[in-house]
Amino acid sequence: MELRLDIPEREKFIKMKGKHHKKEFICNTDSVAGSVSQRACVYSGARVVLNPIEDAVHLVHGPIGCASYTWDIRGSLSSGSELFRNSFSSDLKESDVIFGGEEKLSKCIDEIYEKYKPKLIFVYSTCIAGVIGDDIKAVCKESSKKYNIYVVPVESSGFVGNKAAGYKAACNSLLDLIKEFPVLKKEPLSINYMGDFNLAGEAWIIKGYLNQMGLKVNTIFTGDSNFESLKKATASSLNIVQCAGSMTYLAKKFEETFDIPYMKVSFLGIEDTSNSLRKIAAFFNDKDVMLKTEKLIEEKTKMAKPIIEKYKRYLKGKKAAIFVGGGFKAISLIKQFRELGIDVVVIGTQNGQKDEYEKIEEIADYGTVILDDANPSELEKFMVEKGADILAGGVKERFLSYKMGIAFIDHNHDRKHPLSGYEGAINFAEEVYTTACSPVWKYVKDGVNKCV
Amino acid sequence: MYETYKSVNENPCNMCMPLGGIIAFRGIEKSMVLLHGSQGCATYMRRHIAEHYHEPIDVASSSLNEKGTVYGGEKNLIKALDNVIRVYNPNCIGILTTCLAETIGEDIDRIKSEYKTSRNISIPIITAPTPGYGGTHSEGFVKTSYRIVEELSTDKERHDRINVIVPNISTADLREIKRLLELMKIPYILFPDYSDTLDSPFNFPYKKIPDGGTKISDIMSMGGSIATIEIGINYEETPGKYLQDRFDVPLYKVPIPIGLRNTDAFLKLLKEITGNPIPKSIEMERGRLIDGMIDSHKYNFVGRCTIFGDPEMVYSVFTTCMENGIHPLLIATGSKTQKLKELIASEDNPLNDDITIVDETDFSHILKLSEEKEVNIAIGPSDGKYLTEKGGIPLVRIGFPILDRVGGQRILSVGYTGTLNFLDMITNTLLENKYKTYRKDMYEKYYKAM
Ligand code: SF4
Ligand code: SF4
Repeated sequence: MELRLDIPEREKFIKMKGKHHKKEFICNTDSVAGSVSQRACVYSGARVVLNPIEDAVHLVHGPIGCASYTWDIRGSLSSGSELFRNSFSSDLKESDVIFGGEEKLSKCIDEIYEKYKPKLIFVYSTCIAGVIGDDIKAVCKESSKKYNIYVVPVESSGFVGNKAAGYKAACNSLLDLIKEFPVLKKEPLSINYMGDFNLAGEAWIIKGYLNQMGLKVNTIFTGDSNFESLKKATASSLNIVQCAGSMTYLAKKFEETFDIPYMKVSFLGIEDTSNSLRKIAAFFNDKDVMLKTEKLIEEKTKMAKPIIEKYKRYLKGKKAAIFVGGGFKAISLIKQFRELGIDVVVIGTQNGQKDEYEKIEEIADYGTVILDDANPSELEKFMVEKGADILAGGVKERFLSYKMGIAFIDHNHDRKHPLSGYEGAINFAEEVYTTACSPVWKYVKDGVNKCV
Repeated sequence: MYETYKSVNENPCNMCMPLGGIIAFRGIEKSMVLLHGSQGCATYMRRHIAEHYHEPIDVASSSLNEKGTVYGGEKNLIKALDNVIRVYNPNCIGILTTCLAETIGEDIDRIKSEYKTSRNISIPIITAPTPGYGGTHSEGFVKTSYRIVEELSTDKERHDRINVIVPNISTADLREIKRLLELMKIPYILFPDYSDTLDSPFNFPYKKIPDGGTKISDIMSMGGSIATIEIGINYEETPGKYLQDRFDVPLYKVPIPIGLRNTDAFLKLLKEITGNPIPKSIEMERGRLIDGMIDSHKYNFVGRCTIFGDPEMVYSVFTTCMENGIHPLLIATGSKTQKLKELIASEDNPLNDDITIVDETDFSHILKLSEEKEVNIAIGPSDGKYLTEKGGIPLVRIGFPILDRVGGQRILSVGYTGTLNFLDMITNTLLENKYKTYRKDMYEKYYKAM
């Protein structure tokens, strides 16, 4: 198979396991203009990370669109405040763009304080706020003082990088905030869980496991978190990082600043979940914790395995393509598909990092196509050539997949069922079965759109 | 009249200009759109449009980075054009600007003409300035339609067709308008016709640019048509106006034909312009609508509604509610529009006099006012689910976008048949509302309280 593409410049972003071992492969750089990248922007990355902080106001400083398109589009669940589900915008108009938007921003904060009295406001910078040179930091500082609350600027101007830069900007804002709180005394068996946004309750599932293992979860970054819970983060003895792309940076900073070590974990699929739980227990080196962990793993595996085996019978031998946001997630998905007897033939990410792509290549089957920042036409080409039956991706990929007559797994932030842990592994298998074995495909595969 | 004296927008009731532009460009056969600006805007708009239409939406971006922002984005734009042509081989390219390109002052017209000459490109490349801060998606749609016609309609040779220019309505509505035209045996040019491109039948093999759309040659000859019927009455600078000024094509403007009166007006106009009779079958549809209106009138009369969304859609839904005794109490739009206020104020309104009209508004206001006015039904796009969640007000979905249901792109509401379909949705929502609590309500009211 050839890797010739319509856009020659894009060839550097693609390789095939086995065939192109020495080939140049680049990632984590600007998208090629006009290539119809599926990527979002810095602001979007920052919003992903901070959005689940529930009792905070999330104020987007920019023209209306940036806020419109991101109003309540993520399925993070809250056990408390629902304030985060509103979309606040400074709604910059033409005159603000000409004369500057600082004054309007400051008024917006006044109005928000007046109405909600929040303890915490995040102010996101957008491309336009960046270009017109508004001093958001100064406005935030002043408002913080005025109301004696935390008004935290997020440097997420959209054009200064991609989503990954936004993760970093958000982590910096979090860090700045936490540095203002008193540093607490370490509690021995306690943990922060980083990189879970509690989509459809995923963080709740994992928190439940950790509690059953005898560990206390101080702070989740940032699923179902709030102003008070963020204050407790410095008391933890360990940070575990699930969504590595977004939160490894914060974990590293925590290690530097508060001397809290971290480890990367994954709770996607039975195998990853069990391994991760064991790794965590081993860290604490506490007999009771280890015993409880083994008991939990045994019980849960016993519950989940037979159900997954049942689905596997129908799914074995099918081929999947993956196109998700981060590299770590792609790696977990490869393993999850394998648990179902499905081979992955195309793997792409929007914002994967070099080390993640190395890992992907290491575990992928020979002949698997690996692509960074793929566009719809490349996804289409390789899914056809590789004969994919299923695609796992985000909202935009869903409709491409359907139009091509290919089953689809929603791996986006809007999903309505959790995919983490053992419960999530079952949901995943069920979803793959639901989409891959639906009777509708019978009508599309042969003789399309002909009455007789 | 209620004014909004505030700076912060809490839960926007509109999207931004380029989004409307993308939809308008989708109405041209084999066209492709390119947003000049940062990558994120394109991705967000694609996601929004894709979720409404349940279709893949390929929109390119010049992906301006920091450098492009400081030193100008010309290089990016040129490269983007090259790549769009390589991959999609379109017959027409639309370039829309975003806030970023406008703020840094990109001269897209110059870049475009130099590009066309240097690359020897013959397909039309149409630019439309659509900074998000300059207006909502509704204005973006109109403005882009205007630019397309201004750029392409060059042929003034007379022919016997009429122009039908549409606002952002559903794909089913577009097909219904075409059906009515065909039933009346009227040759037409419908523009922009995204009924197939944004609601394409399943077919193998997959096509990067779906079939359908108004033919470029048809848009070219819009200057030679007998007349233009422009659906939509809120905007002045419209493609129909251009055709009238430039080619003396007589312009007739009508509201979206939702409701009895608006549909009558539309058909009457068609009849007057062409002299073709309205066939019996359409009259039967009209009779069926009236029959349905009578069947439902008592249920409808309890309706106290909030209507929100695009100005054009809002106006026609408003008149339809008035016809049926559904009390409109709050009319709201995210667009800035004096015209809508005037139109609504000029209506003879026997139903109530406490009607409030707000423009440039957001959902936090709409909710507050709806609660004050004890509204019991809301009509508009799916973001109104907020009113349901926070205020317990049931929502009848219509317009753009509908992101949380299937079939939002093909909700039929124009013509007599469409109106009846839409009216049934409203009535059934009111009925469901009533039956949900009926027994309990009566018990509380007449048993417990007596
Ligand atoms: S408002 Fe402007 S910057 Fe925001 S999404 Fe729309 S075009 Fe982009
Ligand atoms: S203007 Fe910038 S921040 Fe806003 S959506 Fe576009 S790319 Fe993102």
